[in-house]
Amino acid sequence: MASIQEVSEEVVSEFAFLDEWMDKYEHLIELGKTLPMISVEERRPENLIKGCQSQVWLHAEMNGDKVLFTADSDAIITKGIIALMIRVLNDQKPEDILNADFGFIDEIGLKEHLSPTRSNGLVSMIKQMKMYALAFQAKAN
Amino acid sequence: MEMLSTTSAIRDEFPILEEEVNKHKLVYLDNAASSQKPKVVIDAMSSYYVHHHSNVHRGIHHLSQVATDMFEGAREEMRSFLNAASTKEIIFTSGTTEGINLVATSLSRGVLKAGDEIMITEMEHHSNIVPWQMAATYSGAKLVVVNVTPDGQIDMEDFHSKLSTKTKLLSVVHVSNALGTVNPVKEITAAAKAVGAWVLIDGAQSAPHIQIDVQDLNCDFFTLSGHKMYGPTGSGVLYGREDVLNEIPPYKGGGEMIETVTFEKTTYNELPFKFEAGTPDIAAALGLAEASRFIKRLGYDQIAQTEAELMSYATEKLGEIEGIQFIGTAPKKSGAISFLIEGTHPSDVGTIIDKLGVAVRTGHHCTQPLMAKFGIPGTIRASFAVYNTKEEVDTFVTAVKRAVKMLK
Repeated sequence: MASIQEVSEEVVSEFAFLDEWMDKYEHLIELGKTLPMISVEERRPENLIKGCQSQVWLHAEMNGDKVLFTADSDAIITKGIIALMIRVLNDQKPEDILNADFGFIDEIGLKEHLSPTRSNGLVSMIKQMKMYALAFQAKAN
Repeated sequence: MEMLSTTSAIRDEFPILEEEVNKHKLVYLDNAASSQKPKVVIDAMSSYYVHHHSNVHRGIHHLSQVATDMFEGAREEMRSFLNAASTKEIIFTSGTTEGINLVATSLSRGVLKAGDEIMITEMEHHSNIVPWQMAATYSGAKLVVVNVTPDGQIDMEDFHSKLSTKTKLLSVVHVSNALGTVNPVKEITAAAKAVGAWVLIDGAQSAPHIQIDVQDLNCDFFTLSGHKMYGPTGSGVLYGREDVLNEIPPYKGGGEMIETVTFEKTTYNELPFKFEAGTPDIAAALGLAEASRFIKRLGYDQIAQTEAELMSYATEKLGEIEGIQFIGTAPKKSGAISFLIEGTHPSDVGTIIDKLGVAVRTGHHCTQPLMAKFGIPGTIRASFAVYNTKEEVDTFVTAVKRAVKMLK
């Protein structure tokens, strides 16, 4: 299994071919459309992360010693970015998730989406992903 | 002074309109959130700090006298802007939110009682909901909410049926920030006053577009935000009828608002100073007065005509987009158009058109109860100012079409 660092680099090189903002966004929209939806039973209020602009649902569970995330959003660009986050953090150990930074988002030119002013639920989602990792780690110990 | 009879002459007054955003010329259609500032406003504030600054109402020295005269001159300008009877009725605030909080807090200190009712509508901005929820909690009064019709108007039948002698205060928005609806506030005020209620009109979105005459409206309070009417952020006015302001207690305590202070008892200063504790934002007040003069130079007729043309042109052009749904279709609208496009999320459309240099607002517009009523997550809102052009509307509509093509 590739490490968080390896998957991040893979995402960066994938976006390196996309020069124009339009191509990047089209790619994100594609990713958003192909992201497996969160299952209906997990699309419940407890899993909802409210943003001013768009909403995000996040669910996490342990599979052996790795964390599995599923997520969804009502906005497709937000969903595309979620797809990237999940690709990087999925199937990783809690301690690795806790140590992860999201520098790759900056490198691919999407930093503005993680700005608190966007209020699209993404910043809260990252916080929530780390909270899950922390909780799973505490449980395991 | 130069005439402002053409859009090009008006645009020259606003330096920021020359800015580029994401390598595109800025198209600024987020005026309902905050309008841009003309040079005269920027210069008035800068000149004050360069030549005249000192604290007001306090000093024996020359500069303090100059600053006080300028500040009180700004108050007179705003009295004239609202056609209030006296400068005692003009309280400088940081904006509409503070104006409403001032009244709500004051009324919750012994004026409102259990059994009284505070009336608002479903169309209100959060800043005209939450302060009243707080006032209701502290005073024991009940919050009563008037329905909105599906096309985005106040349901007048519901209003009349809920209005009673229990209604102590009615707080209502003049122009809806989320829908653009112009409410019949004069008629509403007359009905509310007939049952003995006080009336507050939230004029944050009306003052930039519609000539205000508080004596003609006959309201007890009127609030506006300077930054939405070409003035600086942090500026605003609360108009309060003199006899009502004398009747209600102060909101903040501090310097300037007192007559005498001992540890046993403090007597309050006369109006308007009773409501202006602490050093005010002098520069903001001067900037706001300059914005008022700028609006007078333009005239509301010209503002209304330009904006009505833009609104109607934009509505027509947007109407060409397949799957568009306008939210708020009241016959009388001002300043803003809200819409959704089937199969797209407002935030996605807003994100893409921002990349094309177009600034609009997306989301719930701080009117969550209204969005919930319509069962929508939010809208895309284009809002206009006197400096906007039909070419900008074209750029905006083209950008929206491009976004829809990418998203669908």
